[in-house]
Amino acid sequence: MESKINRYSKQLILINSFFILAWLIVSVFPFIWTFWGSFKVKADFFSRADWMFAVTGVNTLIETGDTSTVKAYVESWTEGEFWKATMNTIIITVSVVTISLFLGTLGAYALSRSTYKYTFWILIAALIFRAMPHITLVSGYLFPFFQLNVWGILPTTIIVLVAINQPFTLWLLYSFFKTVPKELDESALIDGCSYFQAFRFVIMPVMWPGVVTAGLFSMMLAYNDFTVTSLLLNQQNYTMVPKINAYLGTIEHSGNYMWAVSSVVSATAPLFMIIMFFQRQLISGLTAGAVKG
Amino acid sequence: MPHRTFFWFFFPSGLAMLLFIGLPIISSFFQSLHIEPEQILMEVEKCDPFGCKTETKVDIEATTKLQEEQPLGRFNGLGTYGDRNHLAFDEIKEAWTNSSSIAEFTDILLNLPFYKALLFTLTFCFTVTPPVVVLGFIVALSVNTITKSLKGPTIFGVILPMIVTPLIGSLVLFWMIDAKGILGSFIQFLFDDPNLSLKSSSQLTWITLIIYGIWHNTPFAFVVFYAALQTVPQDPIEAAIIDGASRYERVRHIVIPHLYPVATFIILICLMDNFRVLEPIIGFAAEGVAQSLSWMIYNDLRSENKMLFGSAGATSMLTIIGVAILLTPVLIRTWREFRTER
Repeated sequence: MESKINRYSKQLILINSFFILAWLIVSVFPFIWTFWGSFKVKADFFSRADWMFAVTGVNTLIETGDTSTVKAYVESWTEGEFWKATMNTIIITVSVVTISLFLGTLGAYALSRSTYKYTFWILIAALIFRAMPHITLVSGYLFPFFQLNVWGILPTTIIVLVAINQPFTLWLLYSFFKTVPKELDESALIDGCSYFQAFRFVIMPVMWPGVVTAGLFSMMLAYNDFTVTSLLLNQQNYTMVPKINAYLGTIEHSGNYMWAVSSVVSATAPLFMIIMFFQRQLISGLTAGAVKG
Repeated sequence: MPHRTFFWFFFPSGLAMLLFIGLPIISSFFQSLHIEPEQILMEVEKCDPFGCKTETKVDIEATTKLQEEQPLGRFNGLGTYGDRNHLAFDEIKEAWTNSSSIAEFTDILLNLPFYKALLFTLTFCFTVTPPVVVLGFIVALSVNTITKSLKGPTIFGVILPMIVTPLIGSLVLFWMIDAKGILGSFIQFLFDDPNLSLKSSSQLTWITLIIYGIWHNTPFAFVVFYAALQTVPQDPIEAAIIDGASRYERVRHIVIPHLYPVATFIILICLMDNFRVLEPIIGFAAEGVAQSLSWMIYNDLRSENKMLFGSAGATSMLTIIGVAILLTPVLIRTWREFRTER
């Protein structure tokens, strides 16, 4: 897109590179620091004497005999039962993504192909639902869930997260299906397909780019959720994020601050990998609709 | 698409939203009209060799029985909304008549839990959003000019703070600004004060939270601006170059006007998202000095043995009213877009 007359001067390039570099440091350095520090002992990561200890690992060398240690990882995964939290997160994430895409594609397809006025009101309602702070919804769930005796278990949380995720998924897929030409499924209808057959055989093969984007956002919501999981699950069923918070809070683990640090790394690493692969879809999703996940 | 087909396609999704978003709001409202049953007290006479004393004790049996009969508690109407922890009408009236100056009145007002939380929530919303928009725009402009091969990795690096959940993001920063962490010691070194800690005063904690908010939200503004920059028409820019406009003038008079609608969109979304701020407060362990509306609800629901459903419900309703006010411009905008589309 750059035209030849629109050249950048040398100073501008210099200032610009400097600025970008500085900004990159601001956004990336905290994660690198935490990653590096997670291999140290607490006396190094929170060093009273000298912050350089966190880099060199002086106390780590004294305590464990090496300048870096995986002790915090091993302990949090075994003793701290982080493996269980990971399992729960995987179960919740996979279920939420699958179910919300299934419901979302059907609903959004219908919304994009119907010409009646009520689709507009449904989309507006979805927008309002999307804006509801999750914690206000949770305050409405707790009492009925206690009464029905479904509090604390994974299936309840999965359904709740799917529902919370629906408005955004609907909007995203709605704007995606709008870009799929109507003639495609209309010709199938003329040929004698039912609406469902048209969806199954004509739309499904071409909807994957949109589905990947919507799936990515569902995944981030389910994987990152704290409000819903921390209040709707009991301690044994905690997912990663509330588990990390629990490591910090309870007296039982107060000595094991490094568990939280290492768990933060364990929890963010897979997410970063996935985003690295699907960066393009993520950005297209953020800019596609009028809403954000 | 006929109504019937539409219904079956949309039914599962609609049902899920109705049951788990629509109903909870109603349920929250219903809860807010009730209040937890009071504990039934009984007098017990306790005798020891030195005489008898009467003690008041909680009659556990009767209390549990009452709780079973009325799990939601007794009906309280709109009473919870007006109590000390919410809108606090009585306290405000009293403060209004008793305080000698406006300053004293505001002081009393802002020490009431609800207004304190509202003040923080609004301060957070309105101080985070403007820098986010400005920084997002500058970062987008400058990423847009770098070499193509470097763009991918740069964008990945820039969006990282947005990808991690706010709790983890705030923890990561919190550990660094801890008095014993790298940034904390750097700040101490900078101000030459070995006892300086960002956690020590409420103003500093607020500033830390706001900086976190900017750090977390800028990537979103960046992404949206960056995408919008790709759609800026090139012809007027080239014409401006020929007419001798400087780079600054081109940005000021061509690019920025083109991005106005996008900027309003970012502002609205940012305000709405930051209105529900909760996790950073937990991550930074700032409950003592900075409470938000969401945090008040979370706090009411956190304790496992005695959850204050009524109080949480009332705060939820008030929060929803706040969101509704912020949401109105978004709704009007969407409505207009729809009308022009048809």
